Amino acid sequence: MTPENRAAYWKANVRLLVILLFIWFVVSYGLGIILVEPLNSVQIGGYPLGFWFAQQGSIYVFLVLIFVYASSMNRLDKKFDVHE
Amino acid sequence: MSNLDIWTYAVVGSTFALYIGIAIWARAGTTGEFYVAGKGVHPVANGMATAADWMSAASFISMAGLIAFNGYGASVFLMGWTGGYVLLALLLAPYLRKFGKFTVPEFIGDRYYSQTARIVAVICLILASITYVIGQMKGIGVAFSRFLETSYDMGLYIGMGIVAIYAVLGGMKGITYTQIAQYVVLILAYTIPAIFISLTLTGIPVPQIGLGANYLPSDGSLTLLGKLDQVVTDLGFKEYTTQVMGSSLNMFVYTLSLMIGTAGLPHVIIRFFTVPKVADARYSAGWALVFIAILYTTAPAVGAMARLNFMDTIQVGPVGAEDGNLLYADRPEWFKKWETTGLLAWEDKNDDGRIQYYDDANPEFAEKAESFGWKGNEMVNVDRDIMVLANPEIAGLPNWVIALVVAGGLAAALSTAAGLLLAISSAISHDLLKGVFVPTISEKSELWAGRISMLLAIIVAGYLGLNPPGFAAGTVAIAFGLAASSIFPVLMMGIFMKKMNKAGAIAGMLAGITVTLLYVFQHKGIFFVPGTSFLMPELGMGPDWFFGISPNAFGAVGALVNFIVAFIVGGITAAPPDNIQHLVEDVRVPRGAGEATGH
Repeated sequence: MTPENRAAYWKANVRLLVILLFIWFVVSYGLGIILVEPLNSVQIGGYPLGFWFAQQGSIYVFLVLIFVYASSMNRLDKKFDVHE
Repeated sequence: MSNLDIWTYAVVGSTFALYIGIAIWARAGTTGEFYVAGKGVHPVANGMATAADWMSAASFISMAGLIAFNGYGASVFLMGWTGGYVLLALLLAPYLRKFGKFTVPEFIGDRYYSQTARIVAVICLILASITYVIGQMKGIGVAFSRFLETSYDMGLYIGMGIVAIYAVLGGMKGITYTQIAQYVVLILAYTIPAIFISLTLTGIPVPQIGLGANYLPSDGSLTLLGKLDQVVTDLGFKEYTTQVMGSSLNMFVYTLSLMIGTAGLPHVIIRFFTVPKVADARYSAGWALVFIAILYTTAPAVGAMARLNFMDTIQVGPVGAEDGNLLYADRPEWFKKWETTGLLAWEDKNDDGRIQYYDDANPEFAEKAESFGWKGNEMVNVDRDIMVLANPEIAGLPNWVIALVVAGGLAAALSTAAGLLLAISSAISHDLLKGVFVPTISEKSELWAGRISMLLAIIVAGYLGLNPPGFAAGTVAIAFGLAASSIFPVLMMGIFMKKMNKAGAIAGMLAGITVTLLYVFQHKGIFFVPGTSFLMPELGMGPDWFFGISPNAFGAVGALVNFIVAFIVGGITAAPPDNIQHLVEDVRVPRGAGEATGH
C-alpha cells in the first residue's frame, strides 16, 4: 500500500468518524440535555419529546450509528484493498 | 418455607448449577485461554457475552431504582452507559483488535515504548476495577440479604464467597460461555416482570411503548407519565419528567464521564480482543449494544412504573384525608421482608400508626403537611437499590417471576464481578509479574498468581462494600470516572496522534486520575472509608464546589486534564521513535491482524 493510499484511507475514515460523532453528540447532549425543555412542549406517543430522546431515542440512534459505521468501514476497506 | 422461598431456591439454585456446569466444562487450560478464550468467538455470541459482562448489578438492580426516584435526571445513566459503545466501536475496538495483545496495559506499554507507562496503566486499571467491584458487592449484598432474609452485611459475606468460587474456577473461556447463559437469564428476568406490569397499568405488552401510553386505572384520560407527575408533585416531590440531577451542566458532564469511562474500562475493551477479525470487532460492539439496549430501553418503564406502584401502595387515598395513608399494621408482606434487611425503614413520627411518605425538604409542601398533622417524612430509609427486586412483589406478580428476578440480579452481578476480577488478575499476573518484574515466570505460576490476586481483590472490595460510597449505580459511576480520566485518553491519543510520546502519556494518566481521585475522596472519604472526607467549605470547597459538578460525574473533567497535560508535556519532549510511528500507521489498517498474543 502506497503512503498516499494509506493517507487517503485514513482521511476517509476520520471523515466518517466526524460525521457519525456529530450525530452522536446532537441526539444525546443536544436533544436530550441542552434542548430538552423546549422539546418537552412537543408530545410523541405520550412522551414529552426531550424526555423521550434522553431515555429512549438516543439509544436507538446509537445503535444505528454503530451498524452504519461497521458497514461503511467494510466498504471502505474493500475500496482501498485493506480488508482481511 | 413459604411457596416464594421454594421458588427462589429452585430458580437461583438451578441457574447457578448451569453456570458452574458450563465453567467446569470449559475450564481454561492455557494462559491464552484463561485471558481471551482463544479465537473464533462469533460476533453475535461475543456481543451477548459482552452485554452480560457489561450489565452489572448497577444496570440490573440499581439503575431502574435511581430512575424511579430521579426521573428525567437519571437519563445520564441511560445515555452514558449506551453512548459509550459508539466511542468504543468508532475510536478504539477495531484498532486494539488489530494490535492484537491480551491486555490494555500491554497496548499502552508497547505503544508508549515504556514499562513505566504500563505500570501506571495497571495502577489506574486496578483502582477503577476495584471501585467497580465494590458497586457489584453492594448489589450482591442487597440481593442475598433479601433472598436469605438476613442483614445486608451477612448477605454481602455470602456473596463474596460465591463470587470467589465462581471467578477463580474459570478464565475467559469459561466466562464467555457462562456469560451467554447469564445474559439469557438476566434479560428474561428483567423483561418478563416489565411486560406484566406494563400490561396491568396500560394494557400494552411492550414496556417501551407502555411508558408513553394512557394510564388505565384512572379512566384512561391521563398518560402514565402524566399520572406519575401528578402523584409525585401532590406529595411535594419534584416533577418526574423534568427533575434534573444537580444541574444541566452536571448532567452533561456526568453523561460524558460515563460514556468515555465505558470506552476506557479494561474488562469491556478486552472483549474485542477475542473476535477473529477487525471487521468483527466493529460489529461486535454493535451487537453488544443491541443486547444491552433491550434492557436499557425497558429500564425507564420499570423505574416509572415501580415508582407509581410504590407511591400508590403507601398513599392509598387522597392526600391529606384522614384515611389517605396506609396503616402500618396493614403493610404488605414485601414491605416487612425488606424491613428485616434494614434497607427499608419506617418511623411513626406523628404516632398515628399510618405511613406518611412525602418530601419534607420541600418548604412549601411541608407547611401543607403540617396542616394535615404530619410530622415529617416517615419513610426514613428507602434504599434505591431495592426497587427492581421489590418491583414484582409490589405489583403482586406470581412467585416464580419474583424468584426469576432474584436469579437475574445475581446473574448480572456475578458475571460482571467475574469479568472485572479477571481484568484485575491479568493486570497483576500478566502485566506486572510476567511483563515487568518476573519475566521468567512459568505459565502455571502465572495462572496461580492470577487466582491469588482475584481472591485479594474480592476481600478488599467486599470490605469496602460494607460501607459503599453510594448506591450500586453511583459507586459504579465513580469507577467509570476513574477509567475515563486515565485509560481512555491515552488509548485514543495512542491511535489518533502519531506523535504522542511516552512522557505525555504518563503525565496525562497521572494528572487525570489524580485530580479525579482527589475530588472523589474529598467528598466520599479516602478510599471511601467513612469519616475521612476532607471538604473545606471555609475555602469555598463545599459539596460539588467545582461548578456544581458531583464527584460521580467528575471523570470527564479528569479526562480533559489528562488530554491537556499530555498535549503540553508531549509537545515539549522528544517525538516517539520511528518504529513506534510505523506501528501506529500499521494499527490503522485492518489487513494483517493475527491472533491475539501475549509477551
